[in-house]
Amino acid sequence: MNDSSRTRRDFLVKGAQMAGAAASVGFIWHALVKSEARASAGALRPPGALAERDFAAQCIKCGQCVRACPYGTLSLASVAGPAATGTPHFEPRTVPCYMCPDLPCTRACPSGALDPALDDVNRARMGLAVIDEEHCLSWQGLRCEVCYRVCPLRGKAIVINTESRKTSRHAVFEPMVDSEHCTGCGLCEKSCPTELAAIRVLRPEFVQGRIGAHYRMQDKASRSGQAADAPAAAPSPRIAAPKPQAAPGVDYLNQAAPP
Amino acid sequence: MTSGHDRPRVVRHFVLPGTLRGKLHAWRFVIARRSVQIATLLLFFGTLHWGWKIAGRPLLAGNLSASELLGAIPLADPFAVLQILASGHRPGREVLTGAAIVLAVYLLLGGRVFCAWVCPMNIVTDTATTLREKVGVRDLFHLSPKARYWVLALALALSASTGVAAFEWISPIGILHRELVFGLGLGFIAVLGVFLFDLLVLRHGWCGHLCPLGAFWSLGGPAGQIRVAFDDASCTRCGDCVKVCPEPAVLNFTAAARNGMVLAGECTNCGRCVAICPESSLSFGLRARRVAAAPIAHEFTQTREPR
Repeated sequence: MNDSSRTRRDFLVKGAQMAGAAASVGFIWHALVKSEARASAGALRPPGALAERDFAAQCIKCGQCVRACPYGTLSLASVAGPAATGTPHFEPRTVPCYMCPDLPCTRACPSGALDPALDDVNRARMGLAVIDEEHCLSWQGLRCEVCYRVCPLRGKAIVINTESRKTSRHAVFEPMVDSEHCTGCGLCEKSCPTELAAIRVLRPEFVQGRIGAHYRMQDKASRSGQAADAPAAAPSPRIAAPKPQAAPGVDYLNQAAPP
Repeated sequence: MTSGHDRPRVVRHFVLPGTLRGKLHAWRFVIARRSVQIATLLLFFGTLHWGWKIAGRPLLAGNLSASELLGAIPLADPFAVLQILASGHRPGREVLTGAAIVLAVYLLLGGRVFCAWVCPMNIVTDTATTLREKVGVRDLFHLSPKARYWVLALALALSASTGVAAFEWISPIGILHRELVFGLGLGFIAVLGVFLFDLLVLRHGWCGHLCPLGAFWSLGGPAGQIRVAFDDASCTRCGDCVKVCPEPAVLNFTAAARNGMVLAGECTNCGRCVAICPESSLSFGLRARRVAAAPIAHEFTQTREPR
């Protein structure tokens, strides 16, 4: 074996060794980062937080939102904490978000992880309150409705359904959450008097389903005069579809027959 | 290792003075570095917990990842921002501006000034090194100090593949710093890991071989204006400086003699060599002076000098 092939061989072996080392370290590192990402799956973020994927990437973990919060709601997650290490989160049963109208935490964020475009705290979507009807005092027939009374968007985010039951039973005051208005501030969870809160704030993606575009729901859409989540109906290639009058989608059952 | 003139006579070694005054003088850079490191932490801590303000403006809000000085000047870690960019996201303007400011400052001072004078992990690893030398621990294996550049490349590649700033998510520096500023938690386990690695496995294992943040600042080092100046005429080649240097490769006498200065990017400006030199051949100097004295052509070739 001459000298040049010897060095070439050395070079190739060395290169393979380096690549192998980099790959194995990279593999472990990748797994660590991914497990960190899973840790924050359920964490509640400050108002204005981007969707979790973007938030995780943009947040630089400086804690300026934590400092800005006047109620001590936010904290940076510690190692093995309930969220990815160093990212801000809050636990409403401990300290909820009191929904400052001037959004000090969102304003303090230098990284864009908390959307600076958010200007109304009522439009924040930190989470969604969910009621465990089986353990809710109100749903079980007692007069509680504490969650309703503490809700900053009382009458919108939490409403009381007072429809009476059968004549032989007294009326039940059922608190209900409207996902359209609930910000996920967690005041309800904080003040729920049961031993373990019967109303809890969870990340909307864990709670909410999606109907799918192929269902044409009239309900909310026709009442508010706009489409719920149906895409604008594409005209059929063969027969030109009649132009929808109120809502896009097929509403012909409630209308006069098309000409 | 010969230069044109005669090597001076007797080789003397450094002896720690017996008097307190002499000791303080010998330790002056360690004392200064610890003061700056602790003061930095204190500024963050005081602003967060005690509401420190100047003229009604928060003094230094945030932490080393990103902060705001006096409610007006944004500061941010350029390496963290680079990872966010590598992950395919565009950080906010404040963070971008802050990173540019910090980058400019450290490029001017010498990149790794951060490592020796600001980084809180430096206190941990220095303690480990002191202890390992007292006990006489030897390296478990050899690792090239260049490994950190691979870690740096890996950090950026993984940021791209995972979609998040890969080093920031596991950084023991970040963990330590946040634990110190925001409160105590389990993060000290990660810091203990670095401490034990430096103590039992490899001398300057973390800062000198693995840390990608140090690697990042090393790349910015050659532009630094404050550098260790070297006077070849008085040097006896006793080697005390090399023994005490956390980055011994930067103290290349041939290159230093030619440049009149230590120019390698890995130099952290910690001042250990300056304090220990029995002949006072080493001192802090401005790079501008050297450029005036030595031919500029060597400036970018010196780190490649064969040893």
